[in-house]
Amino acid sequence: MSEISAPSLPARSTRSDSVKFYGLWIAVAVALLVLPRIFSSGGALTTFSLIGISIIFALSYNILLGQTGMLSFGHAVYYGLGGFLAVHGMNLIASSKLPIPLPLVPLIGGVAGLIFAMILGWVSTRRSGTAFAMISLGVAELVASSALILRSFFGGEAGITANRTKLFRLFDWSFGPQIQIYYLVAAWTLIAMILMYALTRTPWGRMCNAVRDNPERVQFVGYDPHMIRYIAFCFAGFFAGIAGALSAINFEIANSAYLGAVQSGTVLFAAYIGGVGLFIGPIIGAIFVTYLSLALSDLTSVWQLYFGLIFIAVIMFAPGGIAGLLMKHRPVLRAGMIGTVLRSYLAALVPTAAMLAGLVLAIEIVVHHTVNASDDPNIKAFGMSFNAASPLIWGLAAALIVVGYIVARKTWTYVAHAWDTAMTAAREKGFLA
Amino acid sequence: MLELIVISTLNGVLFGMLLFLMASGLTVIFSMLGVLNFAHASFYMIGAFFGFQLSRWFGFWPALVIAPVLAGALGAAVERYGLRNVHKNGHVAELLFTFGLAFAIEEIVQMIWGKSPVDYRVPASLDFPAFTIFSTNYPAYKMFMLLVSIAIFAALLVGLKKTRIGMIVQAALTHPHMVGHLGHNVGRIFMLVFGFGTALAAVAGVIAGPALVTQSNMAGLLGPILFVVVVVGGLGSLPGAFIASLLIGLLQTFAVSMNGSLASVFGPLGPGHTLLADIWNVTVAQIAPILPYVLLVLILTFRPMGLLGTRET
Repeated sequence: MSEISAPSLPARSTRSDSVKFYGLWIAVAVALLVLPRIFSSGGALTTFSLIGISIIFALSYNILLGQTGMLSFGHAVYYGLGGFLAVHGMNLIASSKLPIPLPLVPLIGGVAGLIFAMILGWVSTRRSGTAFAMISLGVAELVASSALILRSFFGGEAGITANRTKLFRLFDWSFGPQIQIYYLVAAWTLIAMILMYALTRTPWGRMCNAVRDNPERVQFVGYDPHMIRYIAFCFAGFFAGIAGALSAINFEIANSAYLGAVQSGTVLFAAYIGGVGLFIGPIIGAIFVTYLSLALSDLTSVWQLYFGLIFIAVIMFAPGGIAGLLMKHRPVLRAGMIGTVLRSYLAALVPTAAMLAGLVLAIEIVVHHTVNASDDPNIKAFGMSFNAASPLIWGLAAALIVVGYIVARKTWTYVAHAWDTAMTAAREKGFLA
Repeated sequence: MLELIVISTLNGVLFGMLLFLMASGLTVIFSMLGVLNFAHASFYMIGAFFGFQLSRWFGFWPALVIAPVLAGALGAAVERYGLRNVHKNGHVAELLFTFGLAFAIEEIVQMIWGKSPVDYRVPASLDFPAFTIFSTNYPAYKMFMLLVSIAIFAALLVGLKKTRIGMIVQAALTHPHMVGHLGHNVGRIFMLVFGFGTALAAVAGVIAGPALVTQSNMAGLLGPILFVVVVVGGLGSLPGAFIASLLIGLLQTFAVSMNGSLASVFGPLGPGHTLLADIWNVTVAQIAPILPYVLLVLILTFRPMGLLGTRET
């Protein structure tokens, strides 16, 4: 992960920096408050709630991957266990009439995630790198398979349900309507974001970065990398548990899918596509991936394939993720060369888009012929209607791919050239270290 | 009881050898390229589906040869045009690339062959009982699977130890620069090894397809167990992978055939609490799927480098 630099923070914050810093968080809080006034439909509120949960989860994942350099394939374990404990907690609170309001329930999930991370993390954080990835996968499979065996706790295939409105009420909030759940999620998202950001600024947060970059050296200066990884793992488990509990509150159910490999994969996708090198990265990724999975699933039946292809494309062409890609343009912008670069992007846009459109068309045709072969060949995907059986469309798809690729290759060299010029200029003006 | 032991041992060795067919490719790839190929089980699945499709067109025997060759070519292409470009970004990027690839392959297989199992059958020429032990007919196809696995194992052993190619490959494992200076194209060796490893996984897929179920989630089911094998055996150790494969094969097969539970042994001493009662009443057969992972956690606790591993990563 050496290509990912630590978030560049000033060593000592000046006054204007702190104004900027607090101003930013206040702006985020105001935005969270205003958002439901602009988009007030039920669907939008549900989407926002899901995005908020996804942001907490992706940021907690980034404590492992981005900050400490641990690639986990089993982070959903803590998310799921947090969700299950929250549901059991809600049922217990409702049945024994404990004076605990719903807004505190995510803490139950957080503590559950923390405890399980403390138990399971000791073994897995002994090693880093590839071995850690394999171990996290093994532990995740262990817990996910156990969920189907311990039926009375995990509820088997059906899961465990709860009723969030039956809890102790504070200020007459019933938490029945989605808008109240939205505010609950928004508040927890803001708290969790601030806490996790604060963690990155502590000396311990800096040691995490050091462990990621050079564990041997950390050991040499007198710290135990295992211990630092373990603490990072526990924090990640805590915040994942909060996210899981919020999800359980939102859906009023927890089932074994919460713990599964798909959930672990999704959070990895979100964090990595957004960019693991910067704090903002997983937030962008969580918004992007949640929105995409909701929007794409309406547009096409094989949206998960597009999802996987986007992920592969990000790994191959933008290892810093979306945030990394944007940050790369900062020196170019400051050097005043952004015009040249943008012009080259515009030139590359048309043939590249044509090639991608051809690929999408080809995929949709193949899907039609293999999955829904007996259906009407006039299909609709991405808002376009076409006849999947006509050779004309086949030819069009092939032509778009081939011609698009040939032309696009030429424009990509042009982009690379423009980029080189801009970088040279930025370096000369001293905006690039 | 004896019948159970004999049959379970046969099945366990069979499953273990299949695991080893895949684990060997994975281990060689890991030792050489330093990347644990997450998509390895996906090539096993591709092998099974190619085998199914080709055996429909040309019959089983040509499929047994063609499917692994095609899957191997696909694997080589993945190394050449995918992994090699990602290599500069480090091992985590490579691992993520293969993870994304596994995801995409599963989606594509689902897109082409659908989600439900395909009708991949044992070829007629092998569809008879090989022998009868204790009144149980043991299918000839399972014997055939066992023989193919053992033959490949032997060939692999001889190939790596005795031939010139094996020597170059082994040298490239530890001293890639030296091998490069001697005039061998290390990049091409990597590509061929990757292709060969995926072809081995595909062989396992072609022969296991008719005996197990050929469907689009078979990679997801087997992949994690494969990694348990590799970690338990010790990352990068071929003999370790062999022992771990057999161990896990036998462990799972024996567990599946046992019906005992804590309740059946201790009977009336059962606890009253519901969660504990769950644990009390669960049978050994029910926990068979989680046994490999229990083994993984135990091994990591007591011997973190794996059974025959030498390096701490």
